[in-house]
Amino acid sequence: MSFPTVIRNLCRHKSVAVSLVLIVTVISVAVLAPWVAPHDPNMQYFDGLTMEGAPLPPNDEFLLGTDLLGRDLLSRLIYGAQTSLIIGIVANGIAILIGTLVGVSAGFIRGWTGTILMRLTDLMMAFPALLLAIALAAILQPSIWIVALVIAMVNWVQVARVIYSETIAISSREFIAVERTLGASTLRILFSHLLPHLLPTIMVWATLGISTTVLLEATLSFLGVGVQPPTPSWGNIIFESQTYFTSAFWLVLFPGLAIILLALSFNLVGDALRDELDPSLKGRG
Amino acid sequence: MMPIYILRRLGYAVLILLGVSFITYLLLYMIPADPARQLAGRSATAETVANIRAQLGLDLPFYQQYFHYLMNLIQGDLGRSYIQRTEVSALISSRLGPTMELMAWGIGFELLIGVSLGMLAAIKRNTAIDRFLMALSFVGVSSPHFIASMLFLYLFAVNLDWFPLGGYGEFEHVLLPALTLGLLGSGWYSRMVRSSMIEVLEQDFIRTARSKGLTRLRVLFRHVLPNAIVPVIPMIGIDIGIFIGGLVVVESVFGWPGLGQLAWQAIQRVDIPVIVGVTMISAVAIVIANLIADLLVPLVDPRIELDKS
Repeated sequence: MSFPTVIRNLCRHKSVAVSLVLIVTVISVAVLAPWVAPHDPNMQYFDGLTMEGAPLPPNDEFLLGTDLLGRDLLSRLIYGAQTSLIIGIVANGIAILIGTLVGVSAGFIRGWTGTILMRLTDLMMAFPALLLAIALAAILQPSIWIVALVIAMVNWVQVARVIYSETIAISSREFIAVERTLGASTLRILFSHLLPHLLPTIMVWATLGISTTVLLEATLSFLGVGVQPPTPSWGNIIFESQTYFTSAFWLVLFPGLAIILLALSFNLVGDALRDELDPSLKGRG
Repeated sequence: MMPIYILRRLGYAVLILLGVSFITYLLLYMIPADPARQLAGRSATAETVANIRAQLGLDLPFYQQYFHYLMNLIQGDLGRSYIQRTEVSALISSRLGPTMELMAWGIGFELLIGVSLGMLAAIKRNTAIDRFLMALSFVGVSSPHFIASMLFLYLFAVNLDWFPLGGYGEFEHVLLPALTLGLLGSGWYSRMVRSSMIEVLEQDFIRTARSKGLTRLRVLFRHVLPNAIVPVIPMIGIDIGIFIGGLVVVESVFGWPGLGQLAWQAIQRVDIPVIVGVTMISAVAIVIANLIADLLVPLVDPRIELDKS
């Protein structure tokens, strides 16, 4: 199926079409941040605070209001989108890479190597992902790249397990056996038969994984072990203003909505993509 | 068959716990720059640091250090807090009660909401109600716990004044944090119950039950639900890791004096032994929950083959 056909089929569902538009918007805004942001995200505006020094609610000058330091919330959200997407792509890319490597090796080689690799994923599953990420981030002193690495280190496990069972399923199909009897080398089977069949699964998990990554980054930043201020991230904007949230509610509401909408969009698109690329799974959770 | 299955499953749980101890050991003693200096504090003399190093056995070879750590763990010694100068195990056991209480309520709500919404969606399959509920389940799993907690606090505690602003003690205190955990976690359950129910509804014995004149409700609760609910049991085991992650956040936003809040306070002070201690206890809880789930499933559904793996 060609790429345009897939997109067209996905857009049949209204919710998925809206999600795709939202994702494209967030990506463009993040890329064009220096041109679309109305203010400097790190500038502490003198007229950005009330006479008493409290943050301003949404108004004509600062469309979504200002934060505790008098910075423009909208501009911080726009630059925060960069942070979320960079971590989403880097962390998720590494997780997919490790997960695919482990899953394919375990499913293709099997034997002792396969057993050990899969027992390793069992071991990782015994830890609550958030707590393990917190422990790692606290020990490693976070920067944006460390945060991405930490998220990748807890997120590859799911991917590995899915790719593993998929590899087993594909390897046991007849055309692989036929290829083998025809004398195809292991490498040839791997690259020209196995990987192309794994591609839909990888694409689905790459999409769903961005949602998980965005949520985990936001939570880590909210707990103070994620992206460190002054670099804006949707999670640390809420972290910085959490004690004020009853009096300056926009400081939680807008970044919160941004996180939920982006995560929801990637979840909806990933789910629809799964139905589209693997009809046998249609209608299943 | 069954005793062998139980023994194998138990042995495997012990093996996983050994692996857990090894990873927590790495986190505690291999990654930080110098655990002895961290424990001694900033103003300690070189002699004190050397003493602590000897006490912890940090001058021994690697495998001896790990063995030493493992023996301590088995005796319930999780090390000492960097900041609070107390045993991590004492800190943890003082927080266990409130956490268990919130967990019980939270998982209860999760199952109640997830199973009933999943059933409703399956019965109303392909209608607007079904689509609405499934969209809702996605919103639930796409919402981070800290945002939902703060939104609910603002809406139901600050503005509407239905609940207290957090705290611990009365029944009214547990309700909002438990509902938050339940609502967010119910998404995966409702999706799973929906699909497993649709599968059961399409089977022959359901048509037989209907055609012999049983009422819809009776078929639903006597025949469909008991069959559709089986996959929920292992799901609880799998979900518990995600649930504990949510617990850390919900407890810290609502000021609930449990393990999650302890972890959160430890994060603010970079008190690594406490963070790792809570991680370790959670891993033990997850292994035990999965063990129980695996042992329960064949009891609930005797048709399941035990030696699939």
